[in-house]
Amino acid sequence: MRVALFVPCYVDQFYPKVAIATLKLLQHLGVQVEYPMQQTCCGQPMANGGYEHLTGSCNSNFIKAFAGYDYIVSPSGSCVLHVKDHLHDERQEAAATTIRQRVYELCEFLTDVVQVKAIKASFPKKVALHQGCHGQRGLKLASSSETVLPFFSKPVQLLQMVEGLELVELDRPDECCGFGGTFCVTEEAVSSAMGLSRIDDYTKHEATVITGTDVSCLMHQEGLIRRQQLPFEVMHISEVLVAGL
Amino acid sequence: MNTPTIPHPEAAATFLKNKERVQWHDETLWFVRHKRDKIVQEIPEWEQLRELASQIKDHTLSRLDEYLQEFEAAAISNGVTVHWAADAAEHNRIVHGIMQKHGAQKIVKSKSMLTEECHLNEYLEAQGIEVVDTDLGERIVQLNKELPSHIVLPAIHIKKEEVGEIFHQHLGTPKGASDPLYLALAARAHLREKFLAADIAITGVNFAVAETGAIVVCTNEGNADLGAHLAKVHIACMGIEKLIPRTEHLSIFLRLLARNATGQNITAYSSHFRKPVPGSEMHIVIVDNGRTTQLGREAFRNSLKCIRCGACLNTCPVYRRSGGHSYHNATAGPIGAILAPNLDMRKNADLPFASTLCGSCTDVCPVKIDIHNQLYQWRQVLTQEGYMPAAKTASMKIMAGVLSSPARYSFAGKWARRFLRWFPSLALNKKLNPWARQRELPEPPKESFREWYKKNGNK
Amino acid sequence: MSRDKILNAAKQNKPALVSLPELPSFTYAANDLVAAFTAAITKAGGAVTLLKSQQELTQKIQAIYPDAQRIANFIAGDTASNKELLKEVALLDVVVLKGQLGVAENGAIWLTDKDCVERVLPFITQHLILLIEKETLVGNMHQAYGVMGRQNPAYGVFIAGPSKTADIEQSLVIGAHGPRSLQVFIVEN
Repeated sequence: MRVALFVPCYVDQFYPKVAIATLKLLQHLGVQVEYPMQQTCCGQPMANGGYEHLTGSCNSNFIKAFAGYDYIVSPSGSCVLHVKDHLHDERQEAAATTIRQRVYELCEFLTDVVQVKAIKASFPKKVALHQGCHGQRGLKLASSSETVLPFFSKPVQLLQMVEGLELVELDRPDECCGFGGTFCVTEEAVSSAMGLSRIDDYTKHEATVITGTDVSCLMHQEGLIRRQQLPFEVMHISEVLVAGL
Repeated sequence: MNTPTIPHPEAAATFLKNKERVQWHDETLWFVRHKRDKIVQEIPEWEQLRELASQIKDHTLSRLDEYLQEFEAAAISNGVTVHWAADAAEHNRIVHGIMQKHGAQKIVKSKSMLTEECHLNEYLEAQGIEVVDTDLGERIVQLNKELPSHIVLPAIHIKKEEVGEIFHQHLGTPKGASDPLYLALAARAHLREKFLAADIAITGVNFAVAETGAIVVCTNEGNADLGAHLAKVHIACMGIEKLIPRTEHLSIFLRLLARNATGQNITAYSSHFRKPVPGSEMHIVIVDNGRTTQLGREAFRNSLKCIRCGACLNTCPVYRRSGGHSYHNATAGPIGAILAPNLDMRKNADLPFASTLCGSCTDVCPVKIDIHNQLYQWRQVLTQEGYMPAAKTASMKIMAGVLSSPARYSFAGKWARRFLRWFPSLALNKKLNPWARQRELPEPPKESFREWYKKNGNK
Repeated sequence: MSRDKILNAAKQNKPALVSLPELPSFTYAANDLVAAFTAAITKAGGAVTLLKSQQELTQKIQAIYPDAQRIANFIAGDTASNKELLKEVALLDVVVLKGQLGVAENGAIWLTDKDCVERVLPFITQHLILLIEKETLVGNMHQAYGVMGRQNPAYGVFIAGPSKTADIEQSLVIGAHGPRSLQVFIVEN
C-alpha cells in the first residue's frame, strides 16, 4: 500500500507542525507515508475565487505529484473536497479520475481505510470540535444538522478514543466559521463576525482547546482569538490525536 | 427606492456596525432554523420527501412547455383569464390593464415575491394607483418605504419598537406602543377596512397544478383569501416554474413547505383556487422574466425548482449577519444569489461571492437545489464574462503561476514567511490587509514542512 | 406574442426528459389519530373538543363563546335560516362549518367552497368552529389527497389553525386578519 501525504500549501508554509503531527500519527498507526516533493497546491484558492480556468497547471502538477499512489491523505477536508470535485486534466484525465477516487481526508482515511479501533493518545482537556464545512457536508465526514439522518461523525469517533478528552457540546455544532478562502478578506466584516460567534459558543461551553479538521478554519479563528487575547489553545485534530504519544 | 447598488461586502459591513442588532438578527433567524430542525426530525421519511420533490420538479422542468399549455387549457376551461408576460414590464402592464378595465383604485395584495421582483408597487404608484400589501410583514416594510428583507419573513430586520414608531406615524397608534400583539391587532383593524373596500385582490402562487388549472396559495394570516374572496377580481401572478403536474403532488410539497420554512406542520391556510365565483373574475398572469433563459443554463436550471421556503436564508451564516437588504435583490440570501445574476450579471456579480460555500443551504433545501455548487459555478461564469476587477485577475494569475511550479512555490513561500517575520507591522497594516483588521496573522515558522521533511522525513 | 415566445423558449431550453417518480404510499405511524390531530391543532393555536354526538353542539358553542351575538351555524341551520347574518358577513362573531376530513399529522381540515357556504366565511368571522366526524380522520397528506384528490372543487382549503402571524420579531400573535380562534369539534359517532 503506497500512501502519499498531501500537505496543503498554507499548512506547508505556516503550519508545518500539523503536517508533522499527521505524519507521526499515520506512522504510529502503522501506515507508511511518503511526501511527494513535487506537490504545491490543489488550486482551490483560484477556483473558489472564480478562476478555475487558471488552475490547469496546478492540476497537472498535482497529478504528476500524486499519480501512482494507492491513497492520498491530507489533513484538510477543504483541499480534499476541491480535488475530489474539481481535479481534471484533458491530457491525463484517467490519472485525474484515479486521484479523485483515491484522495482522503485524514479522519475518514483513519476510520474507513485503516479502520482504527484504538489510539493511545491522552489529552485530558475540554475540547470543542469545529467541523469544517467542506469536510462535514462536502466529504460527509459527519451528518449535518439540516438533514434527517442517523448521527455520525468521523472526527468525533476518533476523538472519543483519546484518553481523558472531554468533548464539549456546542449550541451550533456545525455552523460555518466564516473563513471561506478569499471570502475571509473580500467579506472581512461578515467573516470576522462569523468567527467571533463560533468563539462565543466555545466560551459559553467552557472549552479550553479548539480543534478541527481544517487548518484554514483554525487559522482564521486563531487569528481572532489572538487578537482578542483569549486563552484558547488551537490545534488541528492530528495534533490532538498524537498528544502524549 | 431606486437607490444605487452598494456591493454586498460594503452593505454587510454597514449592517454589522450595530453589533447588538446583528446578534439579534442572527439569533432570531437561527431560532427559526432550529424550530425547522426539530419539526423535520418528526418526519422519518423527510429525506425521501426531498428526493421526490426534487424529482417531480426536475420532471416538470423537462416538460415545462407541455405543462404550461396543459395548465393554460385547464384554467381557461375553468373560466379563468390567462395572461402571459415575457418580462417584468409586461407583467406590470397586464396587471395595470386589468385595473383600468375595471376602473379599480383600491387594490390589496398578499405576498408575492414575483411582484416584488417585477417592482409592481412602484410601477402602479407611478400610475397613481395605491396597492396595499396585506401581509403584516409586507405592510410594515411598505409603510416604512423599504423592500422585504426576507422572502418569508419580510420585516425580520425591524425591531418591535420601530414597528411601533412606523404604526404611530401611519396608523395613529400611541407613541411608544411596541407590544407585538397590540400592534398586530392595530394592523388587523387597519387592514380589515382595506379588505372590505378593495376592488381587486392580487395574490402570489405557491403551486400551479397543470392537470386541473388550480393554483394553491399558502398563508398563515389568511390575507390571500380575505382579499381574493371579498374583491370582485382576483389576479394571481406566477412564475412559469410554479407548476407541478398533478394534484396528488401537492401532498409532497405541502408536507415540506411550512415545516422547512418556519417549523410549522403546515400553514394555517392552504387554499386551492380553481374557478371564480359566478359574477367575479379570476386572472392568472404567467411570467417568464428570465426564467426560460435560466432553464437553458444547464449548471443553473435547477434553481428553478425553488419553492420559496426561505430556509436557505435562515440557515445561511452570511445572510444572518449581513441582512436581506445587503443582497440588493428582491430575493435575498443564497437562493437570491444564484437567481440574481441570471437577471443582471453586472449588477449582481458580487452576490455569488457572498458565501463561504459552506453548503448548509444545499443540505436544508427541500427540493435539493445544489445552491452552493451553483454559487461556485456562477463565480466561474462571472469571471469568464469579465465582471471581476482587473486587480483581482492579475493577482490570481500571479498566484496560479507561483502555485503551479514547485520551485517558484518554495521560493515564494520562503520569502513570504521571512517577510512576515521581518515586517510584521507592515503585514498587519489594517488598511492594506483586510485579514488583519480583526485577526492576527499566523506566526511564521522558521522552516516549511518540506524543508523539515528533507532533513527528518525519512527517519 | 409573449405566450408563444415563452413556450418556444421553454421548449428550446428544457433539458432531456426526466421521468416522473411514482409516489409511494406513505403510511402514518401513529395509531391514535385523534390524539395526533389534537396535538397538531393545539400546537397551531387551535382547540379540539370531542363530542359524543352532534346534539351537544349548540350547547358547547354557547359554553365556549357565551358573549357571541352573531353566530352563523351551518350545521344546525342552512343558508336560508342564516340569511340575515349573511347580509353582513363582516360583523359575524362565530361561523360554524363542517369539514370533510382532518389530517392527523398536521391538523389540517379540508373544506370545499360548498362546505364554506360562501368562500369568505371561514376567513372573515371573528371565531371559527369546524366540525368533523371522527371516522374522516386520515394520517397524512397523501391519504388526504387520496380521499379528496379527485373532487376538483372550484375552491378548496385546508385550514390548520386560527389566523396568525409572527411578523413582528417572530412573536406569535393569534388572530392576524382572519379568525382569532379555531375550535374543532370531533364527533365520535
